[in-house]
Amino acid sequence: MDISALTARFGLLAVGLAAFAVVMLALYGIAELASRRNRSRLVASVFLFPALLFLGVGLVYPAVRTFVMSFFNGDGTQFIAFDNYAWVFSDDDALQTLVNTALWIVIVPALSTALGLVYAVLIDGRRGERVYKALVFLPMGISFVGASIIWKFVYQYKASGDQLGLLNQLLVWVGLDPVNWLNNFPTNNFLLMVVLVWIEVGFATVVLSAALKGVPTEIIEAARIDGASPAQIFWNVTVPSIRSAIVVVAVTVFIATLKLFDIVRAMTGGHHGTDVLAHNMWDQAFRLGNDGRGATMAVLLFALVIPVVIYQVRNIRRQELEAR
Amino acid sequence: MSVKTDSGPEAAPRPSLAESRGDRLRRMFSSRIASAVAVLIAALWTIPTAGLFISSLRPEDDIRTTGWWNVFSEPNFTLDTYNYVLYSTSAGGGLIRNLVNTVVITIPGVIIPVVFAAMAAYALSWIDFKGRNTLYIAIFALQVVPIQMALIPLLSFFSKGLAIGDFTIVPAWQLDGVNTIVQVWIAHSIFGLPLAIFLLHNFMRELPGDVMEAARIDGASHSQIFRKVVLPLVTPALASIGIFQFLWVWNDFLVGRTFGGGEATRPLTAVLGDMAGTWGFGWTRLPAAAFIAIIVPLLVFLLLQRYFVRGLLAGSVKG
Repeated sequence: MDISALTARFGLLAVGLAAFAVVMLALYGIAELASRRNRSRLVASVFLFPALLFLGVGLVYPAVRTFVMSFFNGDGTQFIAFDNYAWVFSDDDALQTLVNTALWIVIVPALSTALGLVYAVLIDGRRGERVYKALVFLPMGISFVGASIIWKFVYQYKASGDQLGLLNQLLVWVGLDPVNWLNNFPTNNFLLMVVLVWIEVGFATVVLSAALKGVPTEIIEAARIDGASPAQIFWNVTVPSIRSAIVVVAVTVFIATLKLFDIVRAMTGGHHGTDVLAHNMWDQAFRLGNDGRGATMAVLLFALVIPVVIYQVRNIRRQELEAR
Repeated sequence: MSVKTDSGPEAAPRPSLAESRGDRLRRMFSSRIASAVAVLIAALWTIPTAGLFISSLRPEDDIRTTGWWNVFSEPNFTLDTYNYVLYSTSAGGGLIRNLVNTVVITIPGVIIPVVFAAMAAYALSWIDFKGRNTLYIAIFALQVVPIQMALIPLLSFFSKGLAIGDFTIVPAWQLDGVNTIVQVWIAHSIFGLPLAIFLLHNFMRELPGDVMEAARIDGASHSQIFRKVVLPLVTPALASIGIFQFLWVWNDFLVGRTFGGGEATRPLTAVLGDMAGTWGFGWTRLPAAAFIAIIVPLLVFLLLQRYFVRGLLAGSVKG
């Protein structure tokens, strides 16, 4: 390895940081001048300028452009109206992608939230609660790619001899035949989901466990004195008290699931009937070079988050009103 | 921010009132099951990672022939694989280059969006101007827009520039070699902004209004208030958001793979993702390579978990 290859990279880093510092100083100077004249509109625009420029050029404009591109052919030269959409809803592979995505966005948020809640309740007030929490939370710090590699080794398959993957070894130990898990449709879809659930349960546990601590013990004590069983207390007292936290967790995991790209890319590459929208979008646009179809997939993805956007905006409007 | 993270004295073990013997037995039994389930979940969440770590320390021939659990009967460890994947000039080696890419990408990829977001959040929470709320809600809504919506046009913005008809607004960036990394900085800054603005706005708005008022009466300008009053007060929030963004950028595959140019300038995770996807000839080196990428964010995560959790709760749990 040539050391100059590394110095070139750090040189770029230094230049980049210096350039950023210069820009910030200039902006700060302008803001300072404007604030002295007490022109709050101008000050606001200086403070907002970098963020709005980045969001406008990098997110809003491209999103509109992507929407337009979805009505054009692969290289963007010919208007083809709804042909790409017709393709999505008629092509077998594309339909499989849609079905898989539907399964993902139902199963993963439901399972992650449920497991996180159960685990949070089980460890609540238990000795060593912090350690329990940290163990499950740890995968949150691991990249999706890292987690995929971890699980790819768990699912590893060998036709004969000593198994290398833990899952197949367990099968062999109980006297069953090993299975080529990742090639085995439709089970492989669920095995990929396991990886995302494995990552998200930690998030669910931490948020829900914090919410549990906020439930007043008096209420639970009162219910117990009234003769409620633990199950009744759980369903009629605990769950309603932390309902908003449960919704937030489910929605957050839902969005993460929808955007999921890495796990499918790193584990199966979308083969063997495991493709999902966000991965297929990338595959179409950047591997197969069909921008129109890629854009169409992105638009479908966006359509699926619109209900969440509306729900969130409503929520924040209400909060703004309450704050006043 | 309405959720308490630490348990107060009221969360102490509850006194059991007038419990019959049957109740007691049932409670102990269900507590046994609860313990077993908790331990089972904790084990399921730890063993796969431990397996990969053990594999990364085994000689490649062992990895190829037996499962990692065999180390307990015949321990055999080496650091050769780490050495190979980092420094070898042969196929599948030299990942030190990509590790440096990751570092070079991550530092500005965290600083730029956090600084821009802090400025924007201040304007959105403490400067009065018309349309402030609408603007904030619009940025808030951008949080959920999948970045997939932006990938194709943003990449063409870098490679072809921006033009309306024949009129060029921004020419092509023409970045090549190491400089391709600039694209990744910008892309990460863009995609990190909405969440960072939202979180910082949440923190800044909760600052006491009379402190701001006092500073203003003393003749401080907005830029002075921002620098001398607001920034010191929101330092913990900046730390939380910095950690979020750090984990996101370091662990990112999609942005690095899309905007990172050729394999030489891609971040480590992007290269790993492709290695795992193809599962080619060098798969026995994958555990070591993966662990190099995993260990840094994992350490940061463990050491700074408190800040991370605080940010998580502020961002996600609203009463």
